[in-house]
Amino acid sequence: MKRRKGTSDSLLTKAGGELDDRFKLAGPARVLLNKVFPDHWSFLLGEIALFSFILLLLSGTFLALFFEPSMVEVTYNGVYVPLQGIDMSRAYESALDISFETRGGLFMRQMHHWATLLFMAAILVHMLRIFFTGAFRAPRETNWMIGIILFWVGFFEGFFGYSLPDDGLSGTGLRIMEGMTESVPFIGPWASAALFRGQFPGTDVISMIYIIHVFIFPLILLGLIVVHVGLVFAQKHTQWPGPGRTEHNVVGFRMFPNYVMKQVGFMLFIWGVIGAMAGLFQINPIWLFGPYEVSVVSSASQPDFYVMYLDGLIRLFPAWEFRVPPYFTLPAVFWPAIAGMGLSVMLPLLYPALERRFTKDRGHHNLLQRPRDNPARTGLGMMVVVFWIVGVISGGNDVFAEKFGISLNAMTWAGRIGLVVLPIITYYVTYRICLGLQQHDREVLAHGLETGILMRDPNGRFYEVHQPLAEPDEHGHTELEYGGWVVPKKMNRVGALEPTEKGFFKSIEEPSENGGAERRDEIESGKH
Amino acid sequence: MSAHNDSARPDAEPVDLSDPKLSRFEVYKEGLRRDDIEIIHYEPRFAKPGTKAEKRMERIVGGMFLFSGLFATAFVVAYIWWPWEYEGVATWRDLQTWYTPVLGTTLGLSLLLFAVGVLTWAKKLLPIEELVQDRHDGGSSAEDRRIAEATVDGLVEDMGLKRRPFLVKAALLGAAPLGLAAVAPLGALLKDPGDMLTVTGWNAEKYNDGEPIRLMMKDGALVRPDMVSAGGQLTVFPAIDHGATNQFPTSPVLLIRLREADAATLRGNLYPMYQDVDALWGNFVGYSKICTHVGCPASLYEQQSQRLLCPCHQSQFNVVDNAAPVFGPATRHLPLLPLDVDDEGYFIATSDFLVPPGPAFWNRPSLPEEDEK
Repeated sequence: MKRRKGTSDSLLTKAGGELDDRFKLAGPARVLLNKVFPDHWSFLLGEIALFSFILLLLSGTFLALFFEPSMVEVTYNGVYVPLQGIDMSRAYESALDISFETRGGLFMRQMHHWATLLFMAAILVHMLRIFFTGAFRAPRETNWMIGIILFWVGFFEGFFGYSLPDDGLSGTGLRIMEGMTESVPFIGPWASAALFRGQFPGTDVISMIYIIHVFIFPLILLGLIVVHVGLVFAQKHTQWPGPGRTEHNVVGFRMFPNYVMKQVGFMLFIWGVIGAMAGLFQINPIWLFGPYEVSVVSSASQPDFYVMYLDGLIRLFPAWEFRVPPYFTLPAVFWPAIAGMGLSVMLPLLYPALERRFTKDRGHHNLLQRPRDNPARTGLGMMVVVFWIVGVISGGNDVFAEKFGISLNAMTWAGRIGLVVLPIITYYVTYRICLGLQQHDREVLAHGLETGILMRDPNGRFYEVHQPLAEPDEHGHTELEYGGWVVPKKMNRVGALEPTEKGFFKSIEEPSENGGAERRDEIESGKH
Repeated sequence: MSAHNDSARPDAEPVDLSDPKLSRFEVYKEGLRRDDIEIIHYEPRFAKPGTKAEKRMERIVGGMFLFSGLFATAFVVAYIWWPWEYEGVATWRDLQTWYTPVLGTTLGLSLLLFAVGVLTWAKKLLPIEELVQDRHDGGSSAEDRRIAEATVDGLVEDMGLKRRPFLVKAALLGAAPLGLAAVAPLGALLKDPGDMLTVTGWNAEKYNDGEPIRLMMKDGALVRPDMVSAGGQLTVFPAIDHGATNQFPTSPVLLIRLREADAATLRGNLYPMYQDVDALWGNFVGYSKICTHVGCPASLYEQQSQRLLCPCHQSQFNVVDNAAPVFGPATRHLPLLPLDVDDEGYFIATSDFLVPPGPAFWNRPSLPEEDEK
């Protein structure tokens, strides 16, 4: 036993020495191994997008081996009976062949699609976390902007991706994109003709978006993701306020082994979830849609969820066409589609600069803010969230109308009114909730915890006993400062009562053999 | 980052690494000190190594890894040997219908088990630690900045950027066209849209040597009035080469045979331009199927309310009023195709659409009649 251990030690030392001789690694490697990372579950949302992206590259490579981005017309002769003898593009035929005649092809297609949805969803949720906690503030505005660009490149990467199979649904999506492109003043028709090499749909668009989808955009995404993660690393991660945490330090655990092991585990977990979904849940059954024909469409034609809010805006925008006959027409769709998308890109990009300007706060911030502590920002963010949700629901308003037996026109009008009114209400309500939460924190700090113990004094008055968090002054008040972090609201949080039982099937509060349970609680209390 | 080595924490003394009596931990702590890291808390997860609880945790984690390998093997085996070929209609008893679910379950379970194994290792077996590292937020030190400034100034000086303004301007003037030259080849993508947005497959001069173009169905059969019953509808295409394919994306027309009363209403409502060309034939009316909003086929015909609905964005058009938009985001009516019947009894289009069908664009020609509504 001892001898073997000695051998492996010296082997490691020897290998390390050889590597260091060549690459001079000892210094940088130590810095890397020891780097301290703060810990909180919400810091891992972006990672979901990163891990989905890796899986997208892998599954996409598989699909690219079998997919032919050609719009040559062929007659389907494959195994799927309902489409036999039907004329279609080679792109659609090869997508069908991947689904039916390639070993594991359907599994890979569904994995690619599910991973895309998770990628975009994770970006959105990650973005909300960054926004509501103020993590985009100086010095991290650049990385916020890179993140916004990542979302929009991902948006078009995904849109082009589901347009590639050239099935009935994807052709409809391209048709709508064409109509939007045409609406741009002065350059619209030329832009559309450039995109489709002439009239829509033409015979070139699939090969063009193919090269964008498999090469240009993945390259941009990869480059931006490397910079994005690299900046998080170089600028050091933000952290929540808490005991011992300041603007000038990072409290957490080391990159190796702790952080890396959790990351690897989390990555495999995400992949496992996507893998299981790819096998168990059907997505985008293109063989049901048939080849794209300009004269055919079905109801319930919805884009993927991240495109839906834009589709919803297009549905809701009134029929306001600006015309100076016979010289000029500005189609109604220009406003929601082109102007709306432009605003959706520019407003988030500029938000950090706008907030700096209006709050005149130019300092660096490495400690996060709780959403309640910045009601105006939280309110604005919730406005956007509600606006987005109304858009998404309206993007599927025909499905809602059908499933719930509501009038389609009523759905549209509800969307139109909701889009304007709900965000305003949301801002007010969010603002008030934030203030209320702030006030409750201050109350507990000043008067103590609500114990739930009711007392009756000799006059017959009932009152609740409060447990002060520190030694109170003669008025029963405590002068505790709010630290920007969770204020205990229950007796068991301050150790005055037994902790609530944790554990699902059986309690996990039993002391472990090293008697470390109490100490562990103490350590974790700083983090949550 | 190694630049921070010299700014070590004031409260920690550097260790003399040449001291042979140093323990491994002391050497390691010197590394932390050099990276401005301080250990707040560090204790092994199990105070006594080799206790029952520790062994148990090891067995659990090890078991997860082994089961993960088992499921991965099952995935590979299923991938190779599970029957997978599509054989048409099948029930759940046919093994091949389970191919994709089996792949997903085995691979998913394998990855999840390995994931939970690694995570359990990290959370239940690694030492409990909490460290604090200096952030060194903000810019570089004043010294570094000064040195960088001097270096850049020297660079500017060496190149003479300030002394040689002519060179700078000439370089910029030369580089701008070079940049243009770099993107100019993209111009190959440009194509004159020409009349693609205004002329359709119904244009007799362009596609049929001036002879009126007949109406046909998707399969090529020519259309006669007796093929549609009252209240019925039919999607028709120009009877030219590839007329029913995507090569003529703005040509599809919805031919509707209205009931007597509805046809009379429509005649009364017709825009002057359509009255002039006598656009209806009998009770038949042909509307462009391409929505004037963004171009989906507005193809859901609701006989009761006499509306055409576009399923993409829910624009609705009134069939008995020139297919004028009555709800939703569309702003223009679906153009009528002027119809007639030739000597052999087949439908023909007497001309192309009078206004361009499909979505609008900035210089879309429109007739004054269009603006009346």
